Amino acid sequence: MTLKTALASATILAACMFGSASAADMTVGFSQIGSESGWRAAETTLTKQQAESRGIDLKFADAQQKQENQIKAIRSFIAQGVDAILVAPVVATGWDDVLTEAKDADIPVILLDRTVDAPDDLYLTAVTSDLVHEGNVAGKWLVETVAGKPCNVVELQGTTGSSPAIDRKKGFEQALSGHDNLKIVRSQTGDFTRTKGKEVMESFLKAENGGKDICALYAHNDDMAVGAIQAIKEAGLKPGTDILVVSIDAVPDIFQAMAAGEANATVELTPNMAGPAFDALAAYKKDGTVPPKWIQTESKLYTQKDDPMKVYEEKKGLGY
Amino acid sequence: MNALKSHLLRLAPQIVVLIAVVLLISLAFPDFLTLQMQNGRIYGSLIDVLNRGAPVALLAIGMTIVIATRGIDLSVGAVMAICGAVAAASITSGHSLVYTLALALAVGMLCGLWNGILVAVLDIQPIIATLVLMVAGRGIAQLITEGAILTFNDAGLIFIGSGSFLGLPMPVVIWLVFGIAITLLVRRTALGMLVEALGINRRASTLSGVSTGVLLIAAYILSGLCAAIAGIIAAADIKGADANNAGLWLELDAILAVVVGGNSLLGGRFSIAASLLGAMIIQAINTGILLSGFPPEFNLIIKAAIIVLILVVQSPRVRDLLAWFGRSASREAAVKQEVK
Repeated sequence: MTLKTALASATILAACMFGSASAADMTVGFSQIGSESGWRAAETTLTKQQAESRGIDLKFADAQQKQENQIKAIRSFIAQGVDAILVAPVVATGWDDVLTEAKDADIPVILLDRTVDAPDDLYLTAVTSDLVHEGNVAGKWLVETVAGKPCNVVELQGTTGSSPAIDRKKGFEQALSGHDNLKIVRSQTGDFTRTKGKEVMESFLKAENGGKDICALYAHNDDMAVGAIQAIKEAGLKPGTDILVVSIDAVPDIFQAMAAGEANATVELTPNMAGPAFDALAAYKKDGTVPPKWIQTESKLYTQKDDPMKVYEEKKGLGY
Repeated sequence: MNALKSHLLRLAPQIVVLIAVVLLISLAFPDFLTLQMQNGRIYGSLIDVLNRGAPVALLAIGMTIVIATRGIDLSVGAVMAICGAVAAASITSGHSLVYTLALALAVGMLCGLWNGILVAVLDIQPIIATLVLMVAGRGIAQLITEGAILTFNDAGLIFIGSGSFLGLPMPVVIWLVFGIAITLLVRRTALGMLVEALGINRRASTLSGVSTGVLLIAAYILSGLCAAIAGIIAAADIKGADANNAGLWLELDAILAVVVGGNSLLGGRFSIAASLLGAMIIQAINTGILLSGFPPEFNLIIKAAIIVLILVVQSPRVRDLLAWFGRSASREAAVKQEVK
């Protein structure tokens, strides 16, 4: 331990001697959860791209969904004396000790995409999206699009009890409140998967007069929307025209659906969490500007007008 | 004629339960029984039950045989994911439909062969032997799809998931035909009886000259084949292979279908038709819950409550009690049937 601290201090000393570290010669350690989903693969790809374009030497560690691997990775980053550490924490608890070690070694830690239950002086900042806000953006789009006409909405929820499902539902309902023309008539979980999205949409269509009584579909993620679009087509209706489709995440496949006119809008959960993190870090290293404790990423709305095929081409190489 | 009658009596509890579940749902949701023709195919909630139940029905066919040998196959969900991924990867890299299907089915049978060798040759307990592939299989599938949902646009492959034949969705046609074929195979030959003998007492069967090792391996290969077909259907249905979610937890639904079908987990006597009815009961409950409009928090509770009820009614104790209290001729007949 003392050796590690000594090594770390030596590195910091060295860094101080050779002038303040600018972004160009920084070494940053990144402890990623693993590769649980396409979105996370895209986050890893973008983090590497962002680091490369800024000339940052990125040390990448894949934790394979295990917290002990992340803690090991962070300890090894501290021992190597990196300039900063990015962590996408797999769980919320159990970080106090290792974050204290990083703080003692004077290495700023930035949380990506998820937060932790630890005193907030143990990390520099957290870069995450606001799930409630995402639901809100989707809801506002629908409110503006139907423009006062009566509209029955069906909702495909995420996995019951998961925080994206709870928050995206909440945000959407907030946006709809006060607009009595919009009514959520059915809401059921599709487990964030295409198969369940399709199956549940089939039952919605049967339950609502063959789909003739449904004016819009709100899905908590794009995959469920893609499944539901197939169900709508098989029921002989036109998704995107007969039933408006709005969802969240902005994965490449939904842009193909938008280009074909089968989906109407999606709210991006950006996989580029590292960009804002590196910006904050550069400012902090340059003149000690302390960023706010929470940096909210933009929840950008994409519609059919935003050249979906172009976005698809940009996104498909990211590993989604 | 007599054989048919005794067969129907064996299936009576499952048929009664299925009718009861369907009636219960149509009370809450009258349109449940409506069927209409649309775009040249029959369209309605009952068809949805048959269609959505296809993967579990297919898995239940193989699972029935494996359970009859006193085994269990936990790997079928993961094998579904592997075969779906193989099919998607093969079709996207430009191979023909026939080659793709043959490859995916072969991979499924290979997975079954692996399980069979672990169980029959190395004598590992089936629950542990198949757990290996259940855990590792999903990883293999993710390696094939590289972690993403591998989508495809081949009309032929998609037809298997969402096409229709004689007005019925293809998945329904496939599980019906496959179920009948396997039933005929095991019942029109001695195979079924040998499987039952193996399940009741493997040693005695071996001593009486049955090649139990080969039979056991064949049972797991059949289960792998069923999982492969189910995996192809699941992938074709959504035009993509989702390694993370395809077939997730379906091994449990398949085992449940076999049990609701009145088959014993201790091996021996089995009925594929009863397992298929069990699969349809489970899917009818699932579809009924979706139509009911309850908040999703209740889904699993309702499903569990109905299944507990079915199992309680089927349990030997309750049936004895019913027979004890009942004086009606039908119940006495049922008791006689039990005694036989």
